[in-house]
Amino acid sequence: MPVTHAADESELTGLGSEPTAEELGAAGYTVFPDGKGLPEGRGTVSEGRAIYQQFCAACHGRNAGGEDAAALVGGRDSLTSERPRKTVESYWPYATTLWDYIRRSMPYESPGSLSDDEIYAVVAHLLHLGGIVGEDAVLDRETLPKVEMPNRDGFVSDDRPDTGGE
Amino acid sequence: MTTRRRGSERPSRRSFLGLAGAAAAGSFAARASAQTPGAIRDLGETPTEYGKPSPFEDSKRWSRAPDATASSSNTPLADLEGIVTPSGLHFERHHTGVPAIDPDTHRLTIHGLVDRPLVFTMDDLVRMSSVSRFHFIECSGNSAREWSPAGAPNVQLSHGLASCSEWTGVLLADLLDEVGVKPEASWVVAEGADAGLMSRSVPLERALDDVMIAYGQNGEAVRPEQGYPLRLLVPGCEGSISVKWLRRIEVAHMPSMARDETSKYTDLLPDGKARQFTLVMDAKSVITRPSGEQRLDGPGFCEIRGLAWSGRGTISRVEVSTDGGRSWADAEIEGPRHAKAFTRFRSPWRWDGGRHVLMSRATDDTGYVQPTLAALLEARGRSTIYHNNRIKAWEVQESGEVTNAEA
Repeated sequence: MPVTHAADESELTGLGSEPTAEELGAAGYTVFPDGKGLPEGRGTVSEGRAIYQQFCAACHGRNAGGEDAAALVGGRDSLTSERPRKTVESYWPYATTLWDYIRRSMPYESPGSLSDDEIYAVVAHLLHLGGIVGEDAVLDRETLPKVEMPNRDGFVSDDRPDTGGE
Repeated sequence: MTTRRRGSERPSRRSFLGLAGAAAAGSFAARASAQTPGAIRDLGETPTEYGKPSPFEDSKRWSRAPDATASSSNTPLADLEGIVTPSGLHFERHHTGVPAIDPDTHRLTIHGLVDRPLVFTMDDLVRMSSVSRFHFIECSGNSAREWSPAGAPNVQLSHGLASCSEWTGVLLADLLDEVGVKPEASWVVAEGADAGLMSRSVPLERALDDVMIAYGQNGEAVRPEQGYPLRLLVPGCEGSISVKWLRRIEVAHMPSMARDETSKYTDLLPDGKARQFTLVMDAKSVITRPSGEQRLDGPGFCEIRGLAWSGRGTISRVEVSTDGGRSWADAEIEGPRHAKAFTRFRSPWRWDGGRHVLMSRATDDTGYVQPTLAALLEARGRSTIYHNNRIKAWEVQESGEVTNAEA
């Protein structure tokens, strides 16, 4: 008698459902260093200054030098010192990461509350504070991925194990 | 056949070790002594819907910032036996608090560089072929205090951001088969449903290996603090990549370079360069008994016990020293030895009442040997925060007090 209840393990289960384009759009997205995922919208340094003071300065300090929350600028050339200061300016390799992280997680008490334009603007303000973009910078999905961060080449791949044991 | 109540026949381990809680143990003894043959004996309690530890036990997680939503709590490793961490004592690390998620409305979306994006309900996932596996999870910031020679004063503080559970779920490889990964894909990006949408990238090669989507933990549903109803589990890798409250996986052509794989969880070296995607947790061990802040009540036999684990495979050897590393002897390793899981080691010891520095040293099946702090500092300098797997020392004083010791 053939076994009729067994499923062929090489077959797909067919479980799960195919989302509509609308459902897929609502599921969320990721922003990548090459700009993939970045939405429409734009923001300027001066717009960002006002948004920063309203939503960010209380924790990160008026000039983003850090208070209750981390410093966002400064620390350039400190990475080889005894007290490295790892900030967006000194350490983060991609500007897109800042956009992605603000969209996900900031402001801390109300993540998701900033519009895409506001995020572009805050990013522009912070990059300007860090001396990375000029006063007249306008950031959007085209210009943001082109921003060259100071520590862009500061990362190496994992080459452990790096100890010989005893 | 009678069931003996532990504690009525012999001192509890707490009073043996003279730990805080001696008062509780004392009252246990007082009540137990009333339950003697010949006396009128009280009937016990009725069945309960969900059992709790004895009120005489007081194992607790310890949190560095109990009122903060971005915080962590440490497992009391010294209180644990065997290799499984009770789910309620599994360490916590969350960045924006623990969300309350209704499993009936929770969905996992898999999309990106795939032939067919799919949305899975919890029912869909539970219907799929499942696996149950023992794996540790360790925060790569575990043992951050151990960069100083003496380190933390007890094992909960020094090593408590590590725990081990039996996890049940679906292999991510099976789910990726269902969606069909396109040839140009090389990474998957996972996203949680916490307030901060925690996100990490996983190399596709690893995702197709032993990565699980877990809904079960130690025989029941994954606990809320551990990602209920669904978490990623990347065995052997730093805990933050095992994204909790998993809601979305995007198959991609590159890592997203998320904040938690660039700004955080990277390892700065003396030349100013930082290692990135240092995912694997290297072999590590620690003596949990006797360990810091315990006290031996007097000379005599005292088994040395501890835990060892490696993110690269199984533990092949654990050595124990009672003389500060001058001589080492193989400890007994309890089987079965699960890969990328806690492994229990034991070594018989008779304390002579003198000062002794106790250490353990693990070797895994790749031949990797747990390093000293000096070896780590020589290789990495003083600016790294994560991935401290140094040999840890405890010192038994003549008084019986156990303290942290330089090593």
